Amino acid sequence: MSWAETLRAAVEAIRAHRLRSTLTMLGIVIGISSVILTVGLGEGAQQEVEDQISALGSNLLIVSPGSTTDSAGQRGGFGSASTLTVADADAIADDTVAPDVAAVAPTTSANVSLVTGETNWTTSLVGTTTSWVDVRARDLSSGRFFSQTEVDEAADVAVLGADTVTELFPTGSPVGQTVTVNGSPLTVIGVLASSGSTSSGASEDDQAVLPISTAQLVTGSSGTSVSTVYVEAADADRLSAAYQEVHALLLTNHGVEAADADFTIATQESLVETANATNETMTVLLAGVAAISLLVGGIGVMNIMLVSVTERIREIGLRKALGATPNAIGRQFLVEASVLGLTGGLVGVAVGAIGSQTLPALIDQPVSLSPVATAGAIGTALALGIGFGVYPAGRAARLTPIDALRSD
Amino acid sequence: MSNPTSAPSRNPVIELDEVRKTYRSGTIEFEALRGVDVTIDEGEYVAVVGPSGSGKSTLMNLLGCLDTPTSGAYRLAGEDVSTMSETELAEVRNRRIGFVFQQFHLLPSKSAWRNVELPLVYAGVPRAERRDRARAALTRVGLEERLDNRPGELSGGQQQRVAVARALVTEPSLILADEPTGNLDSSSSADVMTLLDELHDAGRTIVLITHDLEVAERAQRNVVIRDGRITDDVATGAGLDVAGGAR
Ligand SMILES: Nc1ncnc2c1ncn2[C@@H]1O[C@H](COP(=O)(O)OP(=O)(O)O)[C@@H](O)[C@H]1O
Ligand SMILES: [Mg+2]
Repeated sequence: MSWAETLRAAVEAIRAHRLRSTLTMLGIVIGISSVILTVGLGEGAQQEVEDQISALGSNLLIVSPGSTTDSAGQRGGFGSASTLTVADADAIADDTVAPDVAAVAPTTSANVSLVTGETNWTTSLVGTTTSWVDVRARDLSSGRFFSQTEVDEAADVAVLGADTVTELFPTGSPVGQTVTVNGSPLTVIGVLASSGSTSSGASEDDQAVLPISTAQLVTGSSGTSVSTVYVEAADADRLSAAYQEVHALLLTNHGVEAADADFTIATQESLVETANATNETMTVLLAGVAAISLLVGGIGVMNIMLVSVTERIREIGLRKALGATPNAIGRQFLVEASVLGLTGGLVGVAVGAIGSQTLPALIDQPVSLSPVATAGAIGTALALGIGFGVYPAGRAARLTPIDALRSD
Repeated sequence: MSNPTSAPSRNPVIELDEVRKTYRSGTIEFEALRGVDVTIDEGEYVAVVGPSGSGKSTLMNLLGCLDTPTSGAYRLAGEDVSTMSETELAEVRNRRIGFVFQQFHLLPSKSAWRNVELPLVYAGVPRAERRDRARAALTRVGLEERLDNRPGELSGGQQQRVAVARALVTEPSLILADEPTGNLDSSSSADVMTLLDELHDAGRTIVLITHDLEVAERAQRNVVIRDGRITDDVATGAGLDVAGGAR
């Protein structure tokens, strides 16, 4: 009996017991769709983090003071004795030393209270240079960013984040208005467009960006240390070249060996990796639960196939009397179990696909349908059908024809 | 023991030598066949008769390779089947034997022609040819109008004719029928018996089990079995006394 013939017989047998076959497949359907959804949720969350990090600006290197190998040292770096200075940023900006670097934005940061009349709002104050807006790939929804002249003159100007504006100026346009920081009045000259990222984007949209010189004046920090230097590579292919140039330059300027580096250079990629590590733990946990439900589905297939062998014992006997070999009978039941598994898998994928379309609206979480997970799920469903079909198929194959025929 | 119809020129299809069959269920043993010797030649039409429980079906199952003897030798068309594997036996059943059962044993979910083609499926015959041959076989039993009907839509007599069509579709040399008329009314019985007569006329070897003396009369040779032994083996019309035995 050919495989095509066996497949036809299997499909017929499954259709002959429609209700039972449907119930059998239900376990597989639920298992597969939950695997697809959990993996999709995990990947969706990862995608979201990746989007947020890439929203930081393309081809970005983030240089921070302190070393990764010593977390205590890194924390110290943010304090008074920061190892990263404006001079470092200027050196990186030099085209002859770092030709693969397109732009550099040193930033200082502090927490301050902004005051407008009655309203008082605590936010993060960022002091930086004119290139910040390009390096961080930000747009302005109104007004303008500050100019080089304003940086040079430490002009009393500020650019506010979208959420900051909502808090301080619930009505009316903020551009041209005044906010007071530590007693110094600043003129609002522009508003940043929302960065678009939702959950972790809060700080991106709630900040006051000032010329670095102005920021030093209002926060009273006289030194030249900065908390972060954002470096934009000329393009994506030159990111690692830029990384090496910045790395070598800072080592030379600071007079230290690579092992003693007093700064850290992060790429978007390394940030994504860190963020994904936590996400992955969650995904693995959820997928584990889904895998157990798949196992239960597989046992369901085996159970039904055993019932089916018992119920169709006379059919098996007759087929054997008419010339079916033990192999042909075993194959028939194995293919039946496989078709059940595969159909369950396909329906499960369909349910998962529908779920991944409807779920984001319900739980406010993105779900991505990955082709790899989908193919894997279908393969798993087929393997479950085969794996759990082997035992019932073997039972059917071993029945002696006369015992099978005689039974009522 | 006489074997009146056997001519020396003919080939034996069935040769049983001291065949015994013991059923075991737990500690209880029951010897259903107690040393059966019988030879049936190609083209013979043999009826096996005997009272209920005498071992007729047991014998038929052994002849059909559906079961194996506990001891003794069975040669089918010269081949010793007692040493064959399940797979080889399946092939023997498929190629050499056509079965007709008292309970018809049709698959209820399949149409008449799909039931008839079943042995051809296991013989590896292509689908188009199977359909043609199944239709021809059903035409031969007078059911050319009923190709697509399921067994549930057919009368008992029609169902048994479908079963006969299934038995002859592979053109086997041996047809085994275990009480084929046992569940049929007299006119349906007559139809089925006519078919068996025709098959015999076409050169098939037929072994028929029956309770019915009229049915047994149509065979050329009657083998009488009692308590697992052959007690008589005669040509029909030769003063056979089965009336006391068969109930
Ligand atoms: N599978 C079995 N297990 C135990 N005893 C059996 C089995 N099959 C048949 N028998 C016994 O063997 C004897 C012969 O049975 P069978 O060949 O069916 O008789 P018949 O067909 O002549 O009525 C009966 O006594 C029956 O009870
Ligand atoms: Mg019987």
